[in-house]
Amino acid sequence: MSNIPNDLKYAPSHEWVRDEGNGVFTVGISEHAQDLLGDMVFVELPDVGDTVAQGDDVAVAESVKAASDIYAPVSGEIVAVNDALNDSPELVNSAPYGDGWMFQIRISDESELAGLLDAAGYQSVVDED
Amino acid sequence: MAQQTVLFAKHVECGAKMVDFHGWDMPLNYGSQIEEHHNVRQDAGMFDVSHMTIVDLKGPNTRNFLRYLLANDVNKLTVSGKALYSGMLNEAGGVIDDLIVYFLAEDFFRLVVNSATREKDLAWINKQAAEFNVTVTERPEFAMIAVQGPQAKAKVATLLTEEQKAAVAGMKPFFGVQAGSLFIATTGYTGEDGYEISLPNEEAADFWQKLLDAGVKPAGLGARDTLRLEAGMNLYGQDMDETVSPLAANMGWTIAWEPSDRNFIGRAALEQQKAAGTMKLVGLVMEQKGVLRHGQKVVTEGGEGEITSGTFSPTLGFSIAMARVPASTGDTAEVDIRGKLVQVKVVKPNFVRMGKKVI
Repeated sequence: MSNIPNDLKYAPSHEWVRDEGNGVFTVGISEHAQDLLGDMVFVELPDVGDTVAQGDDVAVAESVKAASDIYAPVSGEIVAVNDALNDSPELVNSAPYGDGWMFQIRISDESELAGLLDAAGYQSVVDED
Repeated sequence: MAQQTVLFAKHVECGAKMVDFHGWDMPLNYGSQIEEHHNVRQDAGMFDVSHMTIVDLKGPNTRNFLRYLLANDVNKLTVSGKALYSGMLNEAGGVIDDLIVYFLAEDFFRLVVNSATREKDLAWINKQAAEFNVTVTERPEFAMIAVQGPQAKAKVATLLTEEQKAAVAGMKPFFGVQAGSLFIATTGYTGEDGYEISLPNEEAADFWQKLLDAGVKPAGLGARDTLRLEAGMNLYGQDMDETVSPLAANMGWTIAWEPSDRNFIGRAALEQQKAAGTMKLVGLVMEQKGVLRHGQKVVTEGGEGEITSGTFSPTLGFSIAMARVPASTGDTAEVDIRGKLVQVKVVKPNFVRMGKKVI
């Protein structure tokens, strides 16, 4: 049974979003997603300052199994990236909701949040996988 | 419904993530594929390879039959127990399968062939065996466990009787011996020391448990693939198949051209291919970020090629691959990675042996 925290929002493409306040949102991939991908070997992150639109591919998670695009769950500006993943991509496997976070976005259109899934909604996406 | 090996319950007990592998329910990993990989390179790991097919060939004419069936020459096998790697080709020189043949007695040879090719292999072998009067018997009553790594033999030894220890003492690479209920072979698919052990199905779970208790950790198909690729060993169906000449699959060394009067299946086609020239299978190394993957396009001055197997090498810390490229390819090439051309080094397809980097 995959862990899907209740306090996060989710995109159907398996990214999670955490509200950090002040319009900043942390993004990572779900436990289910990292389990599908297997051991992570490289994570290619966006640059701080990049402007991204919802649905853009902004990062790449390369695992032993496949290269997988990570999509921006909301539009905005990249304000931080998790540099620890350069040396320790396995954090995405061991702590997908914690130290394995990928980047932070300052949201430009709050209305996009309403289109994201809650934990129950994401659970049904996982169940269909 | 996928088939299960007799070790299925042990895999579940060990926390395996099971996947369908050519109709078999097999362990992909037991948590971390990379940890399993390192464990085999540094200590000892074990793989359930019970899905592989054991075929016994019996009859006074078996040697002559195999000299016709296989591109390598079983006349190289003069000492009982000695094994040989060979391609089994069709008339067009394509690889039906790659296999290991053991010489056990003049009227008794054993083949170990791939599971994904089981049906077509058996059909082909039976068809060719008819006029040689050789008896072909599949041995599904055997399970097979590969124990691999620098500590593999020492850890297996703790499970063996005195007679079995004596039987394997000093056994060189590529030999097999029947020792009690175990058929123990010094073969493998990892580039490490170790054994592949065939044993009766009903003993397999108990033997697996004893190996666990001896400190041998289970490893899944994921680690098996990265280990074999580091060792430069081909995977049938990916690095070669019926449409590929062994000359274009780094299997030229397995073709016994001499004696020139030995007729084997595919010989005429191979001689033509050799004269005309073929593509070649090389190794690729990419030390920057990213992972080379199966199917990616390779660009060289002499034309295009393709990656047949690619992965992140846990031992080396960067990506490696095998690729079929034009024969003229030199020391470098470019690979199309998701639309971007990246320069890579071209090397012999052999990256890691006995825990050591060899590139």
